Amino acid sequence: MINELLFMNGYGAYVISAFAFTLLSFVTLYLIIKDQFVKEQEKFIIKFGSLDYQKAKTAKLQKINKEILSNATIK
Amino acid sequence: MFKIFEPNKIFQITSRAPRYVLLLFIIVISIGLSEALIFSPEDYKQSHAVRIMYVHVPSAWISLGIFSSITALSICGYIFRNKNFFLISKSLAPSGFILNIIALVTGAIWGKPTWGTWWVWDARITSMLILALFYAMYLITWRIYEDQNKVFKVTTFITVLGIINVPIIKFSVDWWNTLHQPASINILSKNAIHSSMLLPLIIMTAAFALFSLLIFLMKYNTELIKIKNKGLDRL
Repeated sequence: MINELLFMNGYGAYVISAFAFTLLSFVTLYLIIKDQFVKEQEKFIIKFGSLDYQKAKTAKLQKINKEILSNATIK
Repeated sequence: MFKIFEPNKIFQITSRAPRYVLLLFIIVISIGLSEALIFSPEDYKQSHAVRIMYVHVPSAWISLGIFSSITALSICGYIFRNKNFFLISKSLAPSGFILNIIALVTGAIWGKPTWGTWWVWDARITSMLILALFYAMYLITWRIYEDQNKVFKVTTFITVLGIINVPIIKFSVDWWNTLHQPASINILSKNAIHSSMLLPLIIMTAAFALFSLLIFLMKYNTELIKIKNKGLDRL
């Protein structure tokens, strides 16, 4: 069963490599985009942390800023 | 009119959606892969090589769809002076580009056992390569220009120019004699594909669409946080 699935009448190398290339591209793109997201989120947290009390209070009035902070995962 | 799409309002949804989309994508791709690699029948002519269709066709379809959407959004953004449309376009582009590359590479892999060659300069394949170049130009433009208005102008120009290529890709197999087979799936007439092969194709297309949505959401959220970072600098 496994041999038949991998060999595919001699077409196995073509089929498996096409699927493997697709999945590898998906994983690579996902990791790149995830990395960009995490870096930008970390930058935001650092910048927010360096704000003085009054500025932080003003920034917190924006719902989106609160949302970014609440979704952030601190390493 | 476009106020409901304002980033401040939709971030609450877009920031939480990726985890659910990822979960759904994993479920759908698992079903799709088992259908495509195990349960679907082999073709009487192409044997098991036909299974490459389940990654080649969805990636080609979605990359074409994404480029068309990017063009429509860029034109709307330019007409209505709405930056959010450009932001959505920019976030859609990476998955469209990758799917275009996947369509080209898997097409080459499929070409070897069926046509006896990895590559031919025929109309369908060449026009898909041109689309990849337009995607590359679009993504590079966002990286090289600092001035936002210039980026909006240049990217809109690239997409308007690139969209001319989309109908050429679609009808290339009808207009010219090519090695590439004509469309097997037609909305207006009877499909030339059996339902046992159509089902895995639909499932894989859904999985690829979910992946594009996932990448779009993550990229869009990144772009919004980037804007908010600049906002904090101005405080």
